This record gives sequence, C-alpha cells and structure tokens, in this order.
Amino acid sequence: MNAIRHHFSPLQRLLHWVMAICILAMLFIGVGMVSTIMPKYVPLVSIHKTLGAVILVLALIRLVTRFYYGAPPLPADLPEPMKLAAELSHYALYALMIGMPLLGWGMLSASAYPVELYGGIYLPAILPQSDSLRTLLWNAHFYLAFAFFALILMHVAAALFHALVRHDGVFDAMAPVPIHDEATRVEYKAAE
Amino acid sequence: MPEPRPSPARSVLGSFVLIGVVVAGSAAAFAYTAGWLSPERLTPWKMLEALAPPSGPALGHRRNHAKGICFTGVFESNGNGAAISRASVLAAGQYPALGRFNLGTPNPDATDASVRVRGIGLRITPPDGQEWRMAMINAPVFAASTPDGFHELLVAAGSKDPNAMKVFAEAHPEFAPFGAWAKNAPWTGSYAEDRFNGLNSFIFTDSSGADHAVRWSLLPEAQVEPVTQDDLKKLGPDFLEQEITQRIRSGPQRWTMTVTVANPGDPTADPTKAWPDDRRTIEVGTLVVQRIEAEADGPCRDINFDPTVLPPGIRTSDDPFPAARSSVYAKSYDLRTAEAKDYPRTVTGPKP
Ligand code: HEM
Ligand code: HEM
Ligand code: HEM
Repeated sequence: MNAIRHHFSPLQRLLHWVMAICILAMLFIGVGMVSTIMPKYVPLVSIHKTLGAVILVLALIRLVTRFYYGAPPLPADLPEPMKLAAELSHYALYALMIGMPLLGWGMLSASAYPVELYGGIYLPAILPQSDSLRTLLWNAHFYLAFAFFALILMHVAAALFHALVRHDGVFDAMAPVPIHDEATRVEYKAAE
Repeated sequence: MPEPRPSPARSVLGSFVLIGVVVAGSAAAFAYTAGWLSPERLTPWKMLEALAPPSGPALGHRRNHAKGICFTGVFESNGNGAAISRASVLAAGQYPALGRFNLGTPNPDATDASVRVRGIGLRITPPDGQEWRMAMINAPVFAASTPDGFHELLVAAGSKDPNAMKVFAEAHPEFAPFGAWAKNAPWTGSYAEDRFNGLNSFIFTDSSGADHAVRWSLLPEAQVEPVTQDDLKKLGPDFLEQEITQRIRSGPQRWTMTVTVANPGDPTADPTKAWPDDRRTIEVGTLVVQRIEAEADGPCRDINFDPTVLPPGIRTSDDPFPAARSSVYAKSYDLRTAEAKDYPRTVTGPKP
C-alpha cells in the first residue's frame, strides 16, 4: 500500500456511507417490523429482505475494493490496543455485513418460506427445510443484530473521537466529502 | 487550516458530551423503534399472550388452530381466474397442494365437538417458484372488524369476569353476525362437508393492470348433512381426523374454489361485513385432497400458512388483517419451531 495515501478511495467512501445508511435502516426496520401488527408490517418485511439482499451484494463488492485499494494506515501515534480494536472491529463489521443477510436468507429457506424480494424477484432456497436449523439461524440473526448495532455505536463513537478529540485524520480518511486536502495532511504529518 | 492539537480541555469535554449524546440518542431511537419504550403498542407477542389459555400455550404447537391434520393433493385451476388475475396459479393447470384441516383452538387436545370454528390451511405451488398460501375458516364472517378489536375479543373471552363477553358484544355490535352464526349455524360431521371462507379481502391484478378487490371460498363437493353439536359430542374426541382419514382412503375429496369480486364501495377493510349475494362470483378451480397424514410427522407441520405469501398478481388490500395475521403467525412459527422437542416427531428419519 502506498504510504502517502491518507484517504480511502472515493469508491470505498461511497460504499461506506451508502452502506452505513442502508445498514442502520435495516436494523431499525428489523426491530420495528417485528414489534408491530399494523399494515406496514408487510411492506417493511419486503423492504427488509430486499435491502438486505442489496447489502449482501454491496458488501461483496466492498470486500473486493478493500483488497484492491487497501486502507490508509492508522496514525503512528495511536496506542497499540486502539489500533488492534480498530482492526478487529472492522473485521467484525465486514463479517456482519456479509453474515447477516446470509443468515436471514438461510433462515427463510430453512423455514420453507419463499424468499420473495420487492418486485416479484424470488431468491432460491439456500438450505433445506429444518426446524432445528431455522431456530439456530433465527437466534443468530437475532442476537447478532443487536451485537451489530452495539458495534456500530462503538464504531461511531470512535470515529467521532478521532474527528473531534484527536483530530488525527482518521475521520477524514473516510469522510464522505474531502475535509482536508492531501497537502494539508502532509503538512500536518510534518508538524508532528 | 490545521486545527490546534491537542484541543483545549473545555472543547474536549464538549466533544465527549457530543459523542455521548449521539450514542445515547441512537440507542434511544433504536429502543423506541423496537417498542421497548411503548408498552401500549399491540405487538405480535401480546396477541399470542391473549390467545394463550390460562394454563399457558401448548409448547411446540400452533398458538391458535393448534389441533390439525395434514393433507396433500392438487389444485386444478380451470383458467377462469386468469380473467381477473395474472397470477400463474390461476392459469389452467394442475398444481401441487399442501394443507391442513384444523380446529380454531389453542388447545391441541381439545375434543372435536367442542370447537365451533374449523379451518383449513392451504399452500398451492405453481412450478415457477411462486406460492399462494391461505388460511380460511368455516364462519361466513369474522368476529372482529380490526386486529385491535380481535385482541379485545380475546382478552374478553379469556377474562375471569363473567360479564366480559357481554360487555364486549355491547361495545362491538359488529360481533353480532359472527355470534349469531356461532350460535345458530348447523354443524357438520366432516371436514369434507365444511365450506371454508377466506374472509379477508385481497387485490387481484389482471394482465391489463386493472385491480379487482376479491374474497375467496372453498365449497365442499360432498353432500352436507347438518348435525347438532349434541350429536357430535357422542362421537370420539378425534372423530373429525378419523373421519377425514377414512373418507379420503376411499377416494379423494374436492372443494370448488370461488372468487367473489367486490363492487365499488363494498367494504373491503372489514371482514365482519359480508358482501351482498349478487356479487360476481367466479369458479377458479378445484382443490382435490388425495392423502391425509398425521401432523406430528406430516408435511404441514412446519409450514406457516401465512396469508401474505401471495404470488405476483395477488396482493393484500386495505384489509388490516392479513398483515396482522402474518406478523402474529410468524411469531407463533418462531416459537413452535424452536420448541420441537416438546412436540416430538414419532419417526426418527433424516428430517430433524
Ligand atoms: C444487513 C443485513 C440485515 C440486518 C442488519 C438485519 C437485521 C434484523 C433485525 C434487527 C431483525 C429484528 C430481530 C428481532 O428483534 O426479532 C431482523 C429480523 C428479520 N430479518 Fe433481518 N437483517 C438483515 C438481513 C436480512 C435478510 C437479507 C433477510 C431475508 C432475506 C432477513 C430476514 C429477516 C426476517 C424474516 C426477520 C424476522 C424474524 C422473525 O422474527 O421471524 N434479514 N433482521
Ligand atoms: C452503520 C454502519 C457502519 C458500518 C457497517 C461501518 C463499517 C466500517 C468499516 C468496515 C470500516 C473499515 C474500512 C473499510 O474497510 O471499509 C469503516 C471505517 C470507518 N468508518 Fe464506518 N461504518 C458504519 C458507520 C459509520 C459512521 C456512522 C461513521 C461516522 C460517524 C463511520 C466512520 C468511519 C471512519 C472514520 C472510518 C475510517 C477508519 C479507518 O481509517 O480505519 N462509520 N467503517
Ligand atoms: C388478527 C387476527 C388473527 C390472529 C391474531 C390469528 C392468530 C392465529 C395464530 C397465532 C395461528 C397459528 C399460526 C401458526 O403457528 O402457523 C393461526 C392459525 C390460523 N388462523 Fe388465524 N388469526 C387471526 C385471524 C384469522 C382469520 C381472519 C382467519 C380466517 C379467515 C384465520 C384462520 C386461521 C387458520 C385456518 C389457521 C390455521 C392455519 C394452519 O393450519 O396452520 N385467522 N391464527
């Protein structure tokens, strides 16, 4: 990886922010839909399945861009445990972005539900019907959803900590629009 | 414009407060969406609580219509339905059918003569991956005009107060037609003689894109012999299951599926209101039941006959019930599949 690169590529940033909105929406739609018996239940479930499938596709594209472009290094002065936490949490976020949709899809397959997306698109079953399997997957989808949300909260807190307290360029690396240009960042480094 | 670094203590404090507010605010919004801050929200869970008998639900079983028996057969579509819906299942042809005859009780051990409402769960699968699932009952109208009203009815029916049902019926005049049916309609001695009604309204979309509000029913081909509840009480506790097993052993049983189309202005959102008899009614096909299997090991056991599982060409209408039912059936299904050990299968095959 290029050592003087301080930003994620524009494609990575685009994916990060689009997906951040989609994933947060998914978590809210998920807990919202299972708590209501109102007519909105039906469209919410339909959106949940469809958006979930879109997230799976985007996450796989994002994984490819991550291998292709890599990631800018974390600041050299960041304490080792924080670096480790950042790296591990990013792995976990990737695993959840890909895992949650697969769990949802698998759960519906094992329940012998048709996996119908918005617009009459049917996904094939990826697992045979099985009550024990669907229970396992249901539990995983349920508990991991809350773990996902908790992790995102920590991730957001950390991002804001970098942006507001440390001012160390970590936030700028993923900022939706460039906040400081490359030159500023180099100056910044030099000033350290 | 490089910022000063490190930040002054006051702004650091402010930043931490801001971060705390963002995190706590997000968590609170999440909790609100999940209903944790709104104990008054009518959730699928509350509906199940209201359905459960005082002794608690029968683990491993459906939370309502808990007693039932599986069947398989075919749906012979005659093609007439294609005039009002582009659903492939209504194009002429024979499609596999899977279903379940059942009793409207949360108690899987109820005696057959004690249960007024009988039902059928049905899934028809045309070859293209689409599915049509439905669950219908023998009553001509439903007991409540809204899901909230149904919850109130369940609470009243389960109440220790002997006046609760009277109070409910007075506050809900729309209950009267169902109440009259339950009291006065003749009973039958066989599932094969029962008419099953979908009661809820759905929208059919034809190939030109035009919508038609409809309700559907299954009319028995078998001769109906009315009997009284007292006569049925003399039969065994499971006579319905034994009878249908016997009957189908000697030959398949048939029901004609009819679809009734609403006139503009007919009440589609309220299943307590029947439509006038003169509405256009189309015979769309025949359900042929060919084989009966006990539920414990049968193919209907782990199927959720969710009335919102519809093929393209059929969709939900402004009737609030299918959505409410879907959400509650899903919760019931979550629970009962997780409790499989409480309702063991009798054969230990490769199926879990
Ligand atoms: C990033 C992806 C996803 C996230 C974050 C997510 C999140 C959630 C959440 C928070 C719930 C509510 C859990 C509860 O409180 O009971 C839920 C439920 C559900 N999800 Fe997902 N989900 C994702 C993808 C999917 C996909 C792709 C499908 C199906 C194709 C799916 C199907 C379901 C179903 C059917 C339920 C309801 C389960 C039930 O209680 O019966 N999910 N999801
Ligand atoms: C809501 C779901 C979110 C998910 C799933 C998510 C996921 C990720 C992942 C996996 C990374 C690692 C970089 C990569 O390889 O893509 C990352 C980086 C980053 N995210 Fe998020 N993110 C989310 C929301 C947010 C939000 C709301 C913020 C800002 C408040 C944010 C700020 C950042 C920053 C600043 C980085 C760069 C960290 C670095 O340089 O290593 N993220 N995010
Ligand atoms: C809001 C109102 C309703 C609630 C809360 C409700 C609740 C339930 C529940 C919890 C089940 C068990 C589902 C499962 O575990 O698979 C069930 C099954 C059933 N319901 Fe309802 N129901 C409602 C309205 C209706 C209506 C309007 C009809 C008839 C038109 C109906 C007919 C049936 C039938 C036939 C079954 C048995 C399906 C099977 O064999 O699996 N229900 N209901």
